[in-house]
Amino acid sequence: MASLFEYAPAPESRSVVDIAPSYGLFIDGEFTDAADGKVFKTVSPSSEEVLSEVAQAGAADVDRAVKAARKAFEKWSALPGSERAKYLFRIARIIQERSRELAVLETLDNGKPIKETRDADLPLVAAHFFYYAGWADKLDHAGYGPNPRPLGVAGQVIPWNFPLLMLAWKIAPALATGNTVVLKPAETTPLSALFFADICRQAGLPKGVVNILTGYGDAGAALVEHPDVNKVAFTGSTAVGKAIARSIAGTDKKVTLELGGKGANIVFDDAPIDQAVEGIVNGIFFNQGQVCCAGSRLLVQESIHDELLDSLKRRLSTLRLGDPLDKNTDIGAINSAEQLARITALADTGEAEGAERWSPACELPSAGYWFAPTLFSNVTQAHTVARDEIFGPVLSVLTFRTPDEAVAKANNSQYGLSAGIWTEKGSRILAVANQLRAGVVWANTFNKFDPTSPFGGYKESGFGREGGRHGLEGYLDV
Amino acid sequence: MSESSTRLSVFKTYKLYVGGKFPRSESGRVYEVSDSKGKWLANAPLSSRKDARDAVVAARKAFGGWSGATAYNRGQILYRIAEMLEGRREQFVREVGEAEGLSKSKAAAVVDAAIDRWVWYAGWTDKIGQIVGGANPVAGPFFNLSTPEPTGVVTVVAPQDSSFLGLVSVIAPVIATGNTVVVIASEKAPLPALSLGEVLATSDLPGGVVNILSGKAGEMGPHLASHQDVNAIDLAGADAALAKELEIAAADNLKRVLRPQPVDDWNADPGTTRMTAFLETKTVWHPTGSLGAGGSSY
Repeated sequence: MASLFEYAPAPESRSVVDIAPSYGLFIDGEFTDAADGKVFKTVSPSSEEVLSEVAQAGAADVDRAVKAARKAFEKWSALPGSERAKYLFRIARIIQERSRELAVLETLDNGKPIKETRDADLPLVAAHFFYYAGWADKLDHAGYGPNPRPLGVAGQVIPWNFPLLMLAWKIAPALATGNTVVLKPAETTPLSALFFADICRQAGLPKGVVNILTGYGDAGAALVEHPDVNKVAFTGSTAVGKAIARSIAGTDKKVTLELGGKGANIVFDDAPIDQAVEGIVNGIFFNQGQVCCAGSRLLVQESIHDELLDSLKRRLSTLRLGDPLDKNTDIGAINSAEQLARITALADTGEAEGAERWSPACELPSAGYWFAPTLFSNVTQAHTVARDEIFGPVLSVLTFRTPDEAVAKANNSQYGLSAGIWTEKGSRILAVANQLRAGVVWANTFNKFDPTSPFGGYKESGFGREGGRHGLEGYLDV
Repeated sequence: MSESSTRLSVFKTYKLYVGGKFPRSESGRVYEVSDSKGKWLANAPLSSRKDARDAVVAARKAFGGWSGATAYNRGQILYRIAEMLEGRREQFVREVGEAEGLSKSKAAAVVDAAIDRWVWYAGWTDKIGQIVGGANPVAGPFFNLSTPEPTGVVTVVAPQDSSFLGLVSVIAPVIATGNTVVVIASEKAPLPALSLGEVLATSDLPGGVVNILSGKAGEMGPHLASHQDVNAIDLAGADAALAKELEIAAADNLKRVLRPQPVDDWNADPGTTRMTAFLETKTVWHPTGSLGAGGSSY
């Protein structure tokens, strides 16, 4: 579709962020090299430009960080909750103050549009710290009995899709409840966690309370399996989640897992089409679809299939893909070459299995990792693109005739993280929401998050909840 | 009446309780159950892997109806179980006494506590949702409500020593919230558990909500722990080695695992953790809309 208007470039300035050429591990309040001196590079996915070189943690560094966290635990857990709260409030405020810098940094390191880091990630990060700060001195009233105790050292491993937000989801409740933390960010997005280390320093957080280890999966595994870790929190793939569940069997470690999803977005024939289309787009193209709770399976009532698909295609043709720092960009870069290869392979499988592939006319930049918004129609439940989590901007469209069929198809998945319902009929929303085996159900909206609202999955999407009062439980000895 | 003093008593054939029926083990196997002094009490079914799988099928089939029943209705039925047990108190006092080597008065205390435990959980069915769920004050124009829902089919390895109070204490919290259960009774003292099946069958409890197997946890456990249609496992009665083995198997489909908890006294206040261990939290969002800048004119 020809554009009616040309957009002039509107890039956000990079000058607000100062990335050092190299970073160390943050252990016991100091930046330090890895014990074996290993480093790795982190690149900007939209340009493949090397942003910085960071230390690559190994088992010895994990041990050092856990020791530092253990040492810090005694005093940190003994602090009055009101004092812990004030540290967290300080952190929340500093994040607010530095939010533009952090948004630009996150966009550079992750590849997602500045519109998202600026308007979604960063406000949610600050809000999450602000929310859990308030819990620190109110734990007696949280419903877990009087004086609930922290667990000890929390080993936390987070993914690359929302680097700083996942850090906030992990660290804020851990610290509020009196635990200390060793956190490993994903190898493709280490920078915002390292900037967070600097925020801890600015906030005057006692040494060793937060330790950041950049590195690969081996460091994550060493952290999870470390005998002196009391709590394991992981967000990432279901395969790794299962490996973690096995590795901690027979120990006393408490674990929460936020894993994969294949969310069904169900559109009934009475839904407001334009709003539903916006919701579908938000559901699967937000963050390039690299979202565990993405609405990656569109279930459309048969009678409105053609009308809805026409509207959806028209809308997809107006999405702007390109420079993530441009304020008009809707679709940014895929996070890594590896992820791009995975998305490409799964989309090719969808085509090979007979689903009908469509993408809007869309020019991809020559450098970086890019994938055009893609839609598969004529998809059956047996198709790989209807079953496997793609974790990319790929939507599979299926149809249904009755609400029962919609529910059956929606629940026909190993996953159970999110679902969407679009209908004007209130009783149908509640009836369908009741039947869906999913931890988060968005009705006439999608991909909404809030620190007060528990998030987490059924079935193989993991267990435990993050956010809200529920999010405290995973960090308390209750 | 010399006849009555010489009357030969009628033994009971102890059978499994699966899907609301009382089958023998499909394997045809039994094992000898003795009292604490080694006196033979009965031949109990030695359940097989097939029995365990049949029990899961029954539990799954019952899940929709039981989880969909009103909490009030579930409470009524759990209370009915207490009523039925009260009526058969003497039988259970004898069976628990024989099973655990307790004096009559101690066995009676155990049975009374078990009856009271059903009453406790009967009262919880329509309160747990308000304790652990609620509205969330999100920063936007959205209605946002978190409610607990049952996890699904739960396998329970029942406590080995406390064959009746322990058993009731682990299955009642699982079904109170709408889960269905497959329980492996205490291996050495399965008879009170098997008799409980007879009580459940006459308490308006839908068939398949509770399924009771006797036999070896070490034999059935691994199949249940790796079963793809089981959602959770309570390892209460597993020893450390078995618990670890089952927890590893349970990771295959990410079952919720309740590890063995040290229990000094089954009479203690049970709290809510055995219920919350087998609950999922579902959070539903909906836009609240707006009545315009002025809000309601009322």
